[in-house]
Amino acid sequence: MMNFFSRKKSAPSAKERLQLVLVHDRTDLTSAQLESLKDDLIKAISQYIEIDPDAVRIELERDGRSQRLVADIPLRSAARHRSG
Amino acid sequence: MTAQVITVTSGKGGVGKTTAVANLAAALAMDGRKVVCIDGDIGLRNLDVVMGLENRIVYDIVDVIEGRCKLRQAMIRDKHYPEMYLIPAAQTRDKNAVSPSDMIRICNDLRPDTDFVIIDSPAGIERGFRNAIAAADRVLVVTNPEVSAVRDADRVVGILEAEEKGSPALIINRLNPMLVKNNDMLSAEDVLDLLGIQLIGVVPEDESVIIGSNRGAPVVTDPKSRAGMAFRNIAKRMQGQDVPFMDLDSQSGLWSAIQRLAGRK
Repeated sequence: MMNFFSRKKSAPSAKERLQLVLVHDRTDLTSAQLESLKDDLIKAISQYIEIDPDAVRIELERDGRSQRLVADIPLRSAARHRSG
Repeated sequence: MTAQVITVTSGKGGVGKTTAVANLAAALAMDGRKVVCIDGDIGLRNLDVVMGLENRIVYDIVDVIEGRCKLRQAMIRDKHYPEMYLIPAAQTRDKNAVSPSDMIRICNDLRPDTDFVIIDSPAGIERGFRNAIAAADRVLVVTNPEVSAVRDADRVVGILEAEEKGSPALIINRLNPMLVKNNDMLSAEDVLDLLGIQLIGVVPEDESVIIGSNRGAPVVTDPKSRAGMAFRNIAKRMQGQDVPFMDLDSQSGLWSAIQRLAGRK
């Protein structure tokens, strides 16, 4: 289909926004709470191993009707060198 | 006979719950099933007018609960299908006049000699909704391919899961194939992916639905209506038949417009 009005199509935006909203609705967790969870997690992990706080990613993901909390926590390379 | 009790709900109002109930009931009656519809929207009675039975109401569901009449007396027989009945909602009372155990009791009384009891739930997730799902063996969630309706449907699905009502089946109502094609409406696949429940039918947007409501005659009786066909298919699936989903695309777009102009459709 040609796009006569040369605007961005709205369905992808609707889906993207709903994906985010539904994850938060289902978990009853606001973005602010997720941010504070992330800070606590960084604090806890940092007691054991050196991580880069700015590179930490915490996300809620959907898989059908279930949600999962996915964390990607890169370690500081110095930590590896020191032990080796 | 042991009836299946089916509740039709949605979260958001105005997505077509009452229309779906009236049409599914009529389609089941056309298939020779004995059907009793219950309007669960106390204070905002509507199923009667959509079914064209508003002039026949003597007693309502609250009269049954409060013992002013027998269950049988509150069952209004349909004009066209003698095996289809409506138990109307009370119009002058509020939803607190009914409790979940009242609904369970009424449905249990209906079960022995009915094939399907279909309950029209009010919008929302409060008392009326809780009443409507209390007796349900199966829940159908109606939504439209719009952000607000999908979000509310998801809330309802979450509550049904928490209440251990089992996973409901989804009716996507008022899908506009043309808009979907133009990528300006969520597709049935999008909605399914977002909600993560099983699909029981997709009903295309169709003017004949409004015309049917105006007349108090459900659109399933119109053999030419696409929405009518979609509702008839859902009714077949409710009876355990394996009916393929309609190809909604074939009726929209330039090619079919040309075909229609050429008189081939």
